[in-house]
Amino acid sequence: MKITIGGVVEPGTTRANKTGGWRNFRPLYHKDKCIKCGLCSLLCPDSSVIEQEDKYVVFDFDFCKGCGICANECPKDAIEMVLEEK
Amino acid sequence: MTGKMTVVEGSYAVAHAVKVCKPNVISAYPITPQTHIVEDLSQFMADGEIPNCEYINVESEFSAISTLVGASAAGARTYSSTTSQGLELMHEVLFNAAGMRLPIVMTVANRAVSAPINIWNDHQDSISQRDTGWMQLFAEDTQEAADMTAQAYKVAEDNDVMLPAMVCMDGFILSHVYEPVILLEQDLTDEYLPGFEPEHILDPANPRTFGAFADPSTYTEFRYLQQKGMDAALEKIGKAADDFNRMFGRYYGGLIDTYEAEDAEILIMAMGSVVGTIKDVIDRARSEGVKVGLVKVRSFRPFPVDAIRKVLGDAAVIVTLDKNISLGLNEGALCTEVKSCLYNTDIRTPVIGFMLGHGGRDIPRRNIRMIIDKAKQVIRSGVTVESEFADLRGELV
Repeated sequence: MKITIGGVVEPGTTRANKTGGWRNFRPLYHKDKCIKCGLCSLLCPDSSVIEQEDKYVVFDFDFCKGCGICANECPKDAIEMVLEEK
Repeated sequence: MTGKMTVVEGSYAVAHAVKVCKPNVISAYPITPQTHIVEDLSQFMADGEIPNCEYINVESEFSAISTLVGASAAGARTYSSTTSQGLELMHEVLFNAAGMRLPIVMTVANRAVSAPINIWNDHQDSISQRDTGWMQLFAEDTQEAADMTAQAYKVAEDNDVMLPAMVCMDGFILSHVYEPVILLEQDLTDEYLPGFEPEHILDPANPRTFGAFADPSTYTEFRYLQQKGMDAALEKIGKAADDFNRMFGRYYGGLIDTYEAEDAEILIMAMGSVVGTIKDVIDRARSEGVKVGLVKVRSFRPFPVDAIRKVLGDAAVIVTLDKNISLGLNEGALCTEVKSCLYNTDIRTPVIGFMLGHGGRDIPRRNIRMIIDKAKQVIRSGVTVESEFADLRGELV
């Protein structure tokens, strides 16, 4: 594939760039504390907190870089950041 | 020649030229000596004379150029103007505009850079942005600065080029001078410069990513393609000047222009308003039998290597005049560039450089005459000094 002038590309190219490898901390989810407010999913800068049909969330560790915004924003401390074990 | 001549300030002539080029977004931050250009544009906007245009007020030059990067990517014809520290503040984003291949046009009212603070003219500001990937076109007078604005859009928006362009005009000397100018006519400009139609635009209905990440496997190729754009511009700048001449009846040369250069033994090379003074000195010197000619460099980026090689003829010495200095090399940028384009040829004409006019110091005819006399010495006795300050006040240092 030839590159375009100025490198203009269609969206979605960063799917190949799995940023989960940068992670030093990972979110640990305490489902029992979760009130399904959805803030963690809404505020995740990498769209890697994914809300399921039952409104509980799962994490996409291919792209979660462990920034901790989800844990910081959670009103019920349902997400805890723990050291990533390599 | 078309149009009615009128006496206006250089800044007004440029602002008027911008107006008839019908930009969609203007964003600029006022800074001396560029201020009058954006003031005039603000007035045009307030009077409703630029339809389909947004004038975005910003808090710095960094924001001004950043705004235009977004607007240009969204398909707008964009304009800004700046100078000196303002241009240097844009530095980081200038690379983005060029790398994203956005044909933004910007007038640089050339001014010295700090410190010490100085508001007057030299070329250090734009020369310091030499390698950002922007085209740099230098105007000799206000008419050329105005006409060059339309030509700059024409070249920048060409599909083979797609690069941003600076139109460089000497601060105060051109920006604040009142001289006779033919203001660009709207109907002819419309014909000369059709609307901007980029191949890719930022559009929510058809999402695209501009300025994406490029790892080592592709980054080199982006640089190569930018260079190809510059290569294409070499031809397009000449063509834009020819087309302009056909339509408006005014011509200032393409990449370069020459004056009395054909049989010249001493060939002076310079950029900007000083070439007017040089032409005057050449007239007098010629009347005394001194074979001296001029090469006016209109396009500093892309640098017209072939055009310069061809025009040298039988010159015995090349003299470059620079209103800038590459500190640590003790040489002006034009001097270095001219030398570099001769090395891999059979041309062994000596090149001597003179730096002058820094921080707005006047360049009187006697200084040019003194430079011609020094060039004569080089013909007689060879190069003794490669580059020097032509107007140094030795008693101060």
